[in-house]
Amino acid sequence: MGELINIFIKSAFIENLALSYFLGMCSYLAVSKTVKTAFGLGLAVIFVLAITMPINWAINTFLLGEGGLFSTDLTFLRLILFIAVIASMVQLVEMVVEKYSPSLYNSLGIFLPLITVNCAILGGSLFMVSKEYGFAESVSFGLGGGFGWFLAIIAIAAIREKIRYSAVPAPLRGLGMAFLLTGLMGLAFMSLMGIDLAAFN
Amino acid sequence: MADTAVAKKQGMTFGKNEKKLLVDPLSTNNPITVQVLGICSALAVTTGMKNSLVMAIAVVFVTMFSSLFTSLLRNSIPKQVRMIVQLVIIATLVTIVELTLKAVSYDSYKQLSVFIGLIITNCIVMGRLEAFAMGNDPYRSTLDGIGNGIGYGIILMAVAFVRELFGKGELFGAKIIGGSSEYMINTASEGSWMGWYQPNNLMILFPAAMFVIAVMIWIHRAWRPDLVDVS
Repeated sequence: MGELINIFIKSAFIENLALSYFLGMCSYLAVSKTVKTAFGLGLAVIFVLAITMPINWAINTFLLGEGGLFSTDLTFLRLILFIAVIASMVQLVEMVVEKYSPSLYNSLGIFLPLITVNCAILGGSLFMVSKEYGFAESVSFGLGGGFGWFLAIIAIAAIREKIRYSAVPAPLRGLGMAFLLTGLMGLAFMSLMGIDLAAFN
Repeated sequence: MADTAVAKKQGMTFGKNEKKLLVDPLSTNNPITVQVLGICSALAVTTGMKNSLVMAIAVVFVTMFSSLFTSLLRNSIPKQVRMIVQLVIIATLVTIVELTLKAVSYDSYKQLSVFIGLIITNCIVMGRLEAFAMGNDPYRSTLDGIGNGIGYGIILMAVAFVRELFGKGELFGAKIIGGSSEYMINTASEGSWMGWYQPNNLMILFPAAMFVIAVMIWIHRAWRPDLVDVS
């Protein structure tokens, strides 16, 4: 259990997908103008990461690996299968949410399809493979990674809402400032590398 | 799908419009500094010129051929499933790149690790397919793909140039400036005119990529005030 909590903390804070690997930057920069929309996208990312990660783990282990169903090394199909799983999962999640929770659907609505091409999702799955996580670990990694990304986008959106009232030099306004802020936040997050994970056990 | 004026002129001529397709993404409509697409996979690989060059070539290859194939298939792709069709085309091309790189240069393959796979979700590729290749003929779509790939590559190389030179004192792994006799400019030698120089380790860290791109955007927009964000 301690191991799983460690993975959660590590993926949420120390190896934050958005602020240490800069994954999912396109939607991160595009949808962070107000906290409200950022909140919706962040929730959707947690959701999709936590669902696709275990599924991709199962596919990678039981279908593609040498010990899998076809007992041959099919890892060259990994990218295509992963992205297909993500695209179809996003579609499925969208339909389920629409049916059972129209209010959540209305707040997530436009962001769900965007998530298919969010690098944080595919990147998360690929990191999971390269780190050789097991099933429980991949669930924890998915939740943690999603939570970290959620925190990051909420934080930048809050800062960007305030900075609109500052006298930023014209060429730097908007995008340039968002880059600078993300860089500074990345620096701040680097200080979390000092967390001693053994202390949580 | 709205056809642009370019699409109405068919044929393999190379005129003003075709040149525009190639040159526009280099500055006026640069994928990174203006369209803000494809940042994700770009930042992590720019610690060295060599990795950036590999990445840039890979992206040009993928944008070029995905635009070509999508454009060839554009009339037979049903609208509802076009995203998945595009993703499959891109994923196939990226797999080709990944396996080729694994065979040709295993070192770069190891260093780029997941970031080659992440070209799939690089928004430039998808963005150009949606915005251009779905509505234009194969020849012009290919040109547009090449132009955008190169526009992306240039920024990547520029960021890597700054980061590698100031971070490690190297370019393409060649030792340029540093504190021992292996370097071209030896800052430790007696009476060196660069004696004040210290490599700045911040440049190798992830956040430095953000700062470098921010400064680039600043310079680019100061030079071209028409690109300034109004909001």
